[in-house]
Amino acid sequence: MFRTRAVLGFGMAMALLTSTATVALAQTLADSQVLRIGNGSEPQTLDPQISENVQDSHIERDLYEGLVVIDKDGKVAPGQAESWTVSPDGITYTFKLRPNLKWSDGTPLTAEDFVYSWQRSVDPATGSKYSFLFYPIKNAEDIANARNKDIKSLGVRAVDPQTFEVTLKAPTGYFLKLIGHARFLPVNKASITKYGNQFTRPGNLVTNGAFMLKEWTPQSRIVVVKNPNYWDAANVKLSEVDYYPIENQNEELKRYRAGELDVTNEVPSDQVDFIRKDLPGELKIVPYLGSYYMGFNLEQPPFKNNLKLRQALSMVVDREAIVSKITKTGEQPAYSWVPPGIAGYQPQYVEWKDLSMPERIAKAKELYKEAGYGPDHPLNLEIMYNTSENHKKIMIAIAAMMKQALGVNVTLVNQEFKVFLETRKEKKATQLFRAGWIADYSDPNTFAELLQSDAGLNDMGYNNPEYDKLVKTAAITVDPEKRVQMLEEAEKLIVHDLPMMPIYDYVNKRLIKPYVTGFDMNTLGYFYSKNVSIAKH
Amino acid sequence: MFSFVAKRLLGAVPTLFVIITIAFFMIRLAPGGPFDSERAVPPEIQANLNKVYHLDQPLVGQYWLYLKSVLGGNFGPSFSYKDYSVTELIWNGFPVSMELGLTAVFLAVLIGGSLGTLAALRQNRPADYTIMTAAMTGITIPNFVMAPLLTLVLGVYLRLLPVGGWGNGHEIQYKILPIVALALPQIAYVSRLTRGSMIEVLRSNFIRTARAKGLSEWLTVTRHAARAAFLPVVSYLGPACAGIITGSVVIEQIFSIPGIGRYFIQGALNRDYTLVMGVVIFYGVLIILFNLIVDVLYGVLDPKLAHR
Repeated sequence: MFRTRAVLGFGMAMALLTSTATVALAQTLADSQVLRIGNGSEPQTLDPQISENVQDSHIERDLYEGLVVIDKDGKVAPGQAESWTVSPDGITYTFKLRPNLKWSDGTPLTAEDFVYSWQRSVDPATGSKYSFLFYPIKNAEDIANARNKDIKSLGVRAVDPQTFEVTLKAPTGYFLKLIGHARFLPVNKASITKYGNQFTRPGNLVTNGAFMLKEWTPQSRIVVVKNPNYWDAANVKLSEVDYYPIENQNEELKRYRAGELDVTNEVPSDQVDFIRKDLPGELKIVPYLGSYYMGFNLEQPPFKNNLKLRQALSMVVDREAIVSKITKTGEQPAYSWVPPGIAGYQPQYVEWKDLSMPERIAKAKELYKEAGYGPDHPLNLEIMYNTSENHKKIMIAIAAMMKQALGVNVTLVNQEFKVFLETRKEKKATQLFRAGWIADYSDPNTFAELLQSDAGLNDMGYNNPEYDKLVKTAAITVDPEKRVQMLEEAEKLIVHDLPMMPIYDYVNKRLIKPYVTGFDMNTLGYFYSKNVSIAKH
Repeated sequence: MFSFVAKRLLGAVPTLFVIITIAFFMIRLAPGGPFDSERAVPPEIQANLNKVYHLDQPLVGQYWLYLKSVLGGNFGPSFSYKDYSVTELIWNGFPVSMELGLTAVFLAVLIGGSLGTLAALRQNRPADYTIMTAAMTGITIPNFVMAPLLTLVLGVYLRLLPVGGWGNGHEIQYKILPIVALALPQIAYVSRLTRGSMIEVLRSNFIRTARAKGLSEWLTVTRHAARAAFLPVVSYLGPACAGIITGSVVIEQIFSIPGIGRYFIQGALNRDYTLVMGVVIFYGVLIILFNLIVDVLYGVLDPKLAHR
């Protein structure tokens, strides 16, 4: 869902910030190959078509395998498909499955299984919140919206048991990256037919990934064990992975320190100094394709038709201070909407990015005055955010920066998360509000589409027909270079129009025991336990 | 006694009905819905989801559907934990919460009762002061302070006990810290309550009479005073039991225990209507039952109060 970046200098900066848990040495494997991972909240479901949480997807990527996988470098790599071809018009994708693929119960896995699973994803009766990811496929949108009741008309078919063909509505440059998402994982028709909505229970769940489900005790743990029928089982070192749902980061840290976890899901920001000092080499930080930003409500005063005011406020926020004094875990100050780190794409930055803070403040004061505000007529501003200690600290800092530089009188308003989302969506009571976005796939489109005038998350109310046109045209452009060019043009509009102010780009941070090797996260936060092993320790 | 219990149970039906109705409409009043998230979905898909979960029907219609479903013993599917029904989640979590809570209550009665009695018998002497100081400390240090302290010392530093989880449900080492953390304030409270009540009873005429008749101090206390002195403790235990079993939310969160308490918080935050309703109804039933048990116990302890 949300995420972040990297780029020139960034790699180096991250290397300095990041203490990687490395085990040099030629490995001697430990006798017990069991990995224990903290996994945030309790999974909502292990049905890949229904689930929506990042945490669910971590487990699902171990249990199931899609046509392609997104490897540790963020690149598309063969998964269940060993190869694929794309028609010259960019419309038809033909995937050749690996020979002799099997489900965990030993039955053969064929192209029909992907046809069934993808049809199930867009079937309105399934109730998938993420069926919109399938919209690039022919007829998917109409089926998902119940305008077309013929599920079989979805543009997918099994040419033969080993050949799966997808027909798109229009060329979609990011399609291969998109199908690396967990919502495109296959499910076993026989087990769903037999067990209905209980098919995800231990004993019932049939999967095609490197692991299979052994135990699921809600709010306690999920245990998956090696799947002997997986095509690459010979190279899977772990015999078992235990996932623990632990929401409280401090509790998770305690369990890690007590030796009950090998890998944490998160790291509490307020413990980072302690961790760096007392657990040297165990903190692993990698870029995460996600943006933490503040949205301006463009439909109401004071920000409606007031670019200068938006610019002034954005300029006085000292992002470097926020990441170095508050978040403290390697987050990068953000000056673009699309975070760096997407291969082949150059993020577009605000033009004042390289000015020093005093220079920015001087310029901001002019803009603030031109916008009609000043010491005699200060702006009274409400900043809204959802309840969280971290958000609160950041909002206080932003308020202080605005007060100090421009004399803005800020009132902080916090709301419980769901209430906040509702308020934001209404675009009536908000002025400046917190938001975040993590990429669904490693392509600028996942960011670009959010700011289209009709996008669901466009709580800023940004409406620029030129922008909409660029993003829509880019989405169906076959030539990759032209496509990227258009998206860069679109982002230029964003950094000019400033419907939001980027604050920082997220990072993924985990504690990893030194004896755990191969736990590599890519910029989407994906990891595959099939690559992990436990060294003797 | 039978008719008393039957009457009380019958009287509980309208109470539960009111609880269900108020809870149903209150949770629906909260802004935001079960499918809201930072990733907003297209309106057509939102409509789809509403249809799948019957949220597209008028609220009163949904209420009748829910009532019918509950009467049929079905609390519906959970919105947040989609692979489980609410009934399953409650029945998975309840045994854990009950084991945790009842053990804590048992310890509270046993240890708190004994310490309170001892303090009463040694009134205004060192033993009394020591016990009451400890009890006051136990009451004033809340769970969310005590639990992390215990885990830090015994789990993280000394590595004697696991700091979280419930293991496979049979391993005692996982239970020690949460039970102790949950029981400590109760032990403290029960000991103070017992002490006060025991001192009062020991000064009463029937005890003076028992002593005058030459009964030993041990028999006077155990046979005569204890029954009367425990009455306030029993009346405290009714709501306390329900509260401890259902309300050990903090402990369950801190120790990552798969009990029922966590579902209430999670359910409310996620706008998981069915889960919140299921837990509320379950809590309601428990509180009614525990209060009934206390009333029955009252009759047993003091025949003068027996209900006919």
